[in-house]
Amino acid sequence: MIRTFSYIDVMYLVAAARWTLALTVTAFAGSAVLGLALALARIAPVAPLRWITAAYIHVVQGTPLLVWLFLIFFGLPLTGISVNPWIAAAVAFSIYGSAFLGEIWRGALISIARTQWEAGASLGLSLYEQLRHVIVPQSIRVAIPPTVGFLVQLIKNTSLAATIGFVELTREGQLTAAGTYKPFAVYITVAAIYFAMCFPLTQWSRSLERKLDVAR
Amino acid sequence: MSLVEIHGISKSYGSVQVLKDVSLDIARGEVVAVIGRSGSGKSTMLRCINGLEPIQAGSIRVDGVKVNDPATNLRKLRQEVGIVFQSFNLFPHLSVCDNITLAPRVVKKQPPAAAREVAREVLRRVGLEDKLDAFPAQLSGGQQQRVAIARSLAMRPKVMLFDEVTSALDPELTGEVLKVLESVAQEGMTMILVTHEMGFARRFGSRVVFMHEGRVHEEGQAAAVLAAPKTPELQTFLSAVLH
Repeated sequence: MIRTFSYIDVMYLVAAARWTLALTVTAFAGSAVLGLALALARIAPVAPLRWITAAYIHVVQGTPLLVWLFLIFFGLPLTGISVNPWIAAAVAFSIYGSAFLGEIWRGALISIARTQWEAGASLGLSLYEQLRHVIVPQSIRVAIPPTVGFLVQLIKNTSLAATIGFVELTREGQLTAAGTYKPFAVYITVAAIYFAMCFPLTQWSRSLERKLDVAR
Repeated sequence: MSLVEIHGISKSYGSVQVLKDVSLDIARGEVVAVIGRSGSGKSTMLRCINGLEPIQAGSIRVDGVKVNDPATNLRKLRQEVGIVFQSFNLFPHLSVCDNITLAPRVVKKQPPAAAREVAREVLRRVGLEDKLDAFPAQLSGGQQQRVAIARSLAMRPKVMLFDEVTSALDPELTGEVLKVLESVAQEGMTMILVTHEMGFARRFGSRVVFMHEGRVHEEGQAAAVLAAPKTPELQTFLSAVLH
């Protein structure tokens, strides 16, 4: 039965956006934990560690996110591990995000001059203490703008989870459009909700970029 | 026993040998000026003493502790060997006080209040007590270098290494740094300075070491060596830097 696209449908879409946010937050947390480990391993003084993590990053960055989603959601059950769409999406997005955050943060870490490490080492600081007190505090200012930029990409990319039946904003939009035959109105609404989530972040990232640049 | 014993060290970067069988003994309280052309290996030798650069042959001992030994705790050694760099290398995100107290707090576990007192004291010695809460970017080059010296002093090292500490400064700012170096020397600190300041070497150096092509080419009592160089290489070098 065809219903009209009404206020209540808009509310359903807004409610579904909570799942977009939930997936974004989960994926960002997973990406951050993995990404930090990757960034540190990429600059570690242990060569095999650098090779392994470099290979991981190249593989992940060289394959489509959609393929990872399918691989985990449709592939894993064949090996006896059944996953629901939520877990599959969270894992796939964390893998995807970790490769990007890892590279962003590695770049931020190596942007700090070698002489800063040396100054720390010369004062008797251990490698960890040099990172903790000298390198990381300085690289955070470098890392924040691209990290927020990545977060915006992540919000938009979570729409791919619709393909494995995870009901977030885009999937809810598909369902609403199918029920109302008003795809134009529905997807305009969906786009507006994405925009409302991303735009403030983009603006924040811009202002951070300006502020951190001036403070330098 | 010498405080710093450098015995037959060699070091190469790839096929380029930068240090060739360098030996040097430095007694407690000595102020040794290391001079020579750029590329003669003097800065590299200095950086070997606190283990920033590994060596391929020979040995270095500081107060009896072998630097180039995997069993040596480099962190512990570096607390006793201060180094001041040409480009200051202060931590730009930390205040002057935090620059100075970071290592005492983190490495030596000094309570913050005590560390701050030490910072005050070493800043007084370099004449910058009023800059305790300033940030490096707010200071002139000369002031930044004096803070770097204070930061090193705060660890109470047994020996201090100075790597061309006035070379990055405008001429009018070198004086204030040299004055601080003089007072540190007069307090009895063992100092090894890679420097182009011949006047300082003559007045305060107990010894001058001239390095040439990775070797110690000539050395001796500072005033004597500078007044009457024996080797033609040192004669050429001195006439070049003094004119």
